[in-house]
Amino acid sequence: MVQFNSTSLDASFAALSDATRRGVLAQLGRSDASITTLADQFHMTLTGMKKHVQVLERAGLVTTEKVGRVRTCRLGERGLGAEAEWIDAQRKLFERRFAALDAIIEEMKQEEANGPAGE
Amino acid sequence: MDQQVSNAAGANPTNVERISDREFAVTRLFDAPPRMVFTAWSDPSLFQRWWVPKSATGVSLVSCDMDVRTGGKYRLEFAAGDQTMAFFGKYLDVVPDQRMVWTNDEGEEGAVTTVTFKEQGGKTLVTYHETYPSKEALEEALSGSAAGLPEQFEQLAELLATAEA
Repeated sequence: MVQFNSTSLDASFAALSDATRRGVLAQLGRSDASITTLADQFHMTLTGMKKHVQVLERAGLVTTEKVGRVRTCRLGERGLGAEAEWIDAQRKLFERRFAALDAIIEEMKQEEANGPAGE
Repeated sequence: MDQQVSNAAGANPTNVERISDREFAVTRLFDAPPRMVFTAWSDPSLFQRWWVPKSATGVSLVSCDMDVRTGGKYRLEFAAGDQTMAFFGKYLDVVPDQRMVWTNDEGEEGAVTTVTFKEQGGKTLVTYHETYPSKEALEEALSGSAAGLPEQFEQLAELLATAEA
């Protein structure tokens, strides 16, 4: 059974509540990156990106290491932990549901447009 | 895991966030007025066509009974392989075209689900909000997803999440 530490769970959820930070994790899942690279990629200032990385670092999702003038970020031990997977699974499930719902709503619109007036 | 929003062209993004230690919410904008979106959520013949998206995974909705009014009940029965499972509960509050609140009674500490339909310039912002009775109950749901408890629900969620359209 997986044991969850509530405090770190809360920190992780706070860290993951932001779209940029989720994007950073996804990027680091593909390859390590410097803060400068991440800032460029997400069209942010260095300072802004540093703040995001610090939040991820505090949650244990990212570790950083400074070599010379470059600070390299990589996924932390926790990686995309259980809570992130759970959020991700929920999003995928609802994206699928809502894509199907979009199709049904389109049908309903068509029916209303074509249907007998005054219904 | 791809965290980039990868919706089909033109689709509105689906946001999932944990609101507190016992709540999470899913929000999504739909290109139709609230009465239309509400109908798709409350008419069982429509609801069952999207709540379990069509797929080749073998999960099928066997029955879908919904009496969508305050005090009414619902029961959804699924079959996946030789397993069947039921989701059931009652509607605590229904305001047509605005909101519906239902219980999830298949588990011991089930969440209460509130769905609101808010008009936004001719479109509808849908918020799907689950509140668990305790922090522990939400964490149970989390660990269920991570550790395979309850296994059948997990399988279903996984099938739904990974199935090809």
